[in-house]
Amino acid sequence: MTPDQVRWVAHLARLELSAAELAAMTRQLTSIVDYVAQLQAVNTDGVEPMAHALPVHNVFRDDEPRPSLPVAEALANAPDRQGDFYGVPAVLE
Amino acid sequence: MIQHSASELLAALHAGEITSEALTSAYLRAIRERDPRVKAFLHVDEAGALERARAVDARRRRGEPLGVLAGLPVAVKDVLCTKGLPTTCGSKMLANFRPPYDATVIAKLRAADGVLIGKTNMDEFAMGSSTENSAFQVTRNPWDLERVPGGSSGGSAAAVAAGLAPLALGSDTGGSVRQPASFCGIAGLKPSYGRVSRYGLVAYASSLDQVGPFAHDVAGLALLLEVIAGHDPLDSTSVDKPVPAYGRSLDEPLTSLTVGVPREYFGGGLDPEVEQAVRGALKEYEALGATLKEVSLPTSPHAVAAYYLVATAEASSNLARYDGVQYGHRAKDVDAAAVEEHGRLAAMYGRTRGEGFGDEVKRRIMLGTYALSSGYKDAYYLKALKVRRLIKDDFDRAFAACDVVAGPTAPTPAFNAGEKTDDPLAMYLGDIYTISANLAGLCAVSVPCGFTKGGLPVGLQLQAAPFEEEKLLRSARRYERATDWHTRRALL
Repeated sequence: MTPDQVRWVAHLARLELSAAELAAMTRQLTSIVDYVAQLQAVNTDGVEPMAHALPVHNVFRDDEPRPSLPVAEALANAPDRQGDFYGVPAVLE
Repeated sequence: MIQHSASELLAALHAGEITSEALTSAYLRAIRERDPRVKAFLHVDEAGALERARAVDARRRRGEPLGVLAGLPVAVKDVLCTKGLPTTCGSKMLANFRPPYDATVIAKLRAADGVLIGKTNMDEFAMGSSTENSAFQVTRNPWDLERVPGGSSGGSAAAVAAGLAPLALGSDTGGSVRQPASFCGIAGLKPSYGRVSRYGLVAYASSLDQVGPFAHDVAGLALLLEVIAGHDPLDSTSVDKPVPAYGRSLDEPLTSLTVGVPREYFGGGLDPEVEQAVRGALKEYEALGATLKEVSLPTSPHAVAAYYLVATAEASSNLARYDGVQYGHRAKDVDAAAVEEHGRLAAMYGRTRGEGFGDEVKRRIMLGTYALSSGYKDAYYLKALKVRRLIKDDFDRAFAACDVVAGPTAPTPAFNAGEKTDDPLAMYLGDIYTISANLAGLCAVSVPCGFTKGGLPVGLQLQAAPFEEEKLLRSARRYERATDWHTRRALL
């Protein structure tokens, strides 16, 4: 992998990496990606991908109103609480 | 008192020989004396544990019915949400997080009259095999303090091995209960996928994660599994199957037992002393009347590669929630260039996550993001899912010919702290024997089966088909009754 590729993936993952982290990450990801490339040698023609260990189906419950987490508890861990809302940096200038 | 197994302690509690308060106090004392060296706990709930123990004792005195744990202390990996108690996942990101609710397994633990004694150290977000990736401290192996306890549930394993709790809960995504159990000379179980609710288990890789018990012996595992297993309407992947009385059936004789021995599990990379101990265990099974049968798991050499794509892809999605908005760390400043390029909000996300996550978590988020990114998804993620299917097919074929598959839990005994921290891939390769059970949804257990000449424990892994926990535990128990490895204790 190239440093530019790693920088792009870091942006997709919303991870700010220092220059030193970027260099180490490029080196380490390259060795890991080289290792996992062995899968290309496995014949998987006609094999159904297995995303889950169980046959998972949608599970529904009755749509009955019920109490939810009280607002104060839901907001108790918020790093920036503004009234009954989460505070975030302005997205509209 | 603290050297006894959970079943022995339970019998003493029921006989009125000890109280839960006395027992809990003994463990709290052991934690004060020994944990400064072992560093298994991130948080000890001394007041809460004693209060709980006294309440159980009071109900016992009044002759009221008690839950099956009846006042036994239990240590809990810090990845399980505990209402009002810190739940850090070993991460700076959640250093100050206190969940507003209990995980289902914690609610079940409380309902069964377990005494939650504290929260244990772990690799950050359960990503690691040595517990060195914790943001807070490095846990030591009670058998040799220079060595790692394994991971990611290393704190829970070390707590039981060091006599700081008779039982503990961990989580296992690729071996994170079984490998530390093996390194610490105790028993550890990964239940079948869907056997135990994941509600309130902080997610790493949702299609692989399961909560599992630690104990000195298989009877302890059966006791705790019975408490935590079962369907939960709050986890749609938990399966609605009855929970057998695992403890009661444990000592019933097995009419026949065929132990499958995969030839792929005894190849290169396996430490000779580990191989010797595991081969000794297989001989013991034969002596007990079991049939050994060679089986083949031809796709298993590719399991590590498939696992590190599937698990990291899921992790990259699960950990997107740590964005500094609803809970957890938020960066104070943002990078001006990032604001210019991506806007103020994205710059805050990037800085928050850059500061809050440690190296291994960043690596896995990056690998998973790459494996799912446009242009690479088919070659990496989808390919890994197809190989996952082949791994499961291997096991289906094996279990048509045998009851359990046996082999080493890990290729080596506990390694030295710092030995593998600079080489992530070498660390990943140590998971070779454990990760297939997660990919295929199997149940699997590690039990002590010997020691190296240097005095390090070795674990035997048994794997069984999904929802065959009864057969798995009975097979393990049969070996345990014929040997005394599970009675050995680390001297601290």
